[in-house]
Amino acid sequence: MLTANNSVRRFSYDRWTRAGKSTVAFSVFALAALALAPLFLPATAVDRLTTLWVYVLLAVIWNLLAGFAGLVSVGQQGFFGAGAYLTLRFVEWGMQPWLALLGGAIGAGLIAIPLSFFILKLKEGEFAIATWVLAEVMRIIIMFDPIVQGDTGNSLIALNSYDPDFRRNMTYWLGLIFMAGFLFLTFKLLRSKTGGAAQAIRDDEEAARSVGVNIDRTKQIIYVLAAFGAALAGVVWLASAITFVPRTNFGIQWTVFMLFMVLVGGLKTFEGPILGAVIFFTFQELFSNYGVWYLFGLGVTAIMFALALPDGLWGWIRKKRGGDLLPMGTTLNVQAADVAERASSPG
Amino acid sequence: MIDAIIQGILLGGYYAILAAGLSLMFGVIRFINLAHGDLAVLGAYIVLFFVEHFHLPVGWAILAMLPILAAIGWALQVFLFARTMRGGFLLPLLTTFGLGAVLQNGIYGLFGADAKSLGNYLGNLSWASWKLPFHHSIGKLPGYTFIAAVVILTVLQLVLSYTKLGRAIRATSTDLEAAELSGVDAKRIQRAAVAIAVALAGIAGAALASRSLVSPYAGPAQLIFAFEAVVIGGIGSLWGTLVGGIVLGIAQNLGAIVSPQLFQLAGHTVFLVVLAYRYAGWSSAITLPALKFMKGSR
Repeated sequence: MLTANNSVRRFSYDRWTRAGKSTVAFSVFALAALALAPLFLPATAVDRLTTLWVYVLLAVIWNLLAGFAGLVSVGQQGFFGAGAYLTLRFVEWGMQPWLALLGGAIGAGLIAIPLSFFILKLKEGEFAIATWVLAEVMRIIIMFDPIVQGDTGNSLIALNSYDPDFRRNMTYWLGLIFMAGFLFLTFKLLRSKTGGAAQAIRDDEEAARSVGVNIDRTKQIIYVLAAFGAALAGVVWLASAITFVPRTNFGIQWTVFMLFMVLVGGLKTFEGPILGAVIFFTFQELFSNYGVWYLFGLGVTAIMFALALPDGLWGWIRKKRGGDLLPMGTTLNVQAADVAERASSPG
Repeated sequence: MIDAIIQGILLGGYYAILAAGLSLMFGVIRFINLAHGDLAVLGAYIVLFFVEHFHLPVGWAILAMLPILAAIGWALQVFLFARTMRGGFLLPLLTTFGLGAVLQNGIYGLFGADAKSLGNYLGNLSWASWKLPFHHSIGKLPGYTFIAAVVILTVLQLVLSYTKLGRAIRATSTDLEAAELSGVDAKRIQRAAVAIAVALAGIAGAALASRSLVSPYAGPAQLIFAFEAVVIGGIGSLWGTLVGGIVLGIAQNLGAIVSPQLFQLAGHTVFLVVLAYRYAGWSSAITLPALKFMKGSR
């Protein structure tokens, strides 16, 4: 039992754990290996892996929204599509295509800033449907642009002028950089003061409000970041698929995928969605030939997870091994007069 | 212009049937069923199945579909919704969204990708109309749909106001714990409410299939329209769904005069403006007069 009268002799706190350090070391090593992979892998594998980066981005942003900020968005496909559309628009205006991809993502992220003031006032289901309506509105509006040609869509032909191998590898690296950069950004954010606030909101919004967490600000940062992340995924998808079809790029199926990845991988953790994306990617490779019954199965699986394992696979693993791989909180080491206690802050 | 408004009003009847179920369900179990539109489409396909394979008249097919959808609603509440409701608002939303994907792809898998319509089985009803002065006319089918909407809302109103079930539903939606303390079996009431709501979705689906083509992936758009009608009319109000549906229908049909793409965009815009006005407290110079104008036109 600790009391205030100098029974605490020493204390120190750690922002890192042993597992955390080895995870970072492993991640750096893995990223380096992945960066070199296109030089050895066959072309189809490079193409496939590029879609994995898209899935990871999508899973991570959706978990940021639903897991950390308590915002169920059914409309992230709006930013996914808007990023791709803006890229086409910028290329049309004469921007260098690779630069336009980044510009498109940033542009779509910027759209989220004014929207956030309005949409974050809504709660729960209202928020969900309003995001969906906004995504639809974005799709309808961009379809007025002549370069989109209504339902027909357009292609990023500017990229076709490059050698196919060069284009494939560039897209792969672009996706890898976007994904790794966004994961790093998310990790930094979650460990910052805003991240502490986000985790408090995740655990109990009312309680967080009562201890003075600035909920609106935190949600706003996460909403805009999630829009930017979705747009990054959207431009990588565009660079990889070349074609842009409004109903596909703005399609609701992206949200079905995000739901699946996050529910199966694990809501509310940093690692869960990444695991979910890898599982989804594997499913996609193995079963997508089964068409609608495959999509049917995805929905059923997501529902089964919601019923039986609401924290997903990673939540289950996390409980078994007793903590995250990457530390989100702070470990407090207290040496009391008699006993050394280790207390861990929630995270 | 006047034709567009008449059509908009009649379309509002369809939206009201769709929205009434959504609203009832939201009132009792406190979450928005994101699969509501897909359940409507399922209802439409079941009616189509009876009509095409058993050659039932459309009316009988709708009657045969109702208990099936009610049973589906009942089962969904028992096996799915009730279980996820314990975990806050997040899981029910995610689950119903997942259910939507299951229904869409299941319908596609079972019934195929072709867009279908009940129109062929309705005889001359789908194109017949009543003549009005000044060369205007009212389509008989949209007219009957509107009448059906008014009848359904009236029956619902009477059930909610005067029957034991209705009182229990209102008590449960106002305060679940207090209702249980007063001897209401809240779980049973929730199941009954969801069963009614899903059956209403089925009727709406039949109406949709009568007036246009339905496809397995038509559900999400219907959900959005239903929710827009609920929000425009005011959440929690039964007759508000009719008002909201009519406003939405008029906005869409007026938009469609300008350009076909504006059909949806105009509806979405009215919805977003109402949301912004009601929830975000926008009272800027632009939205307020617009809303006053709209209120005046009701």
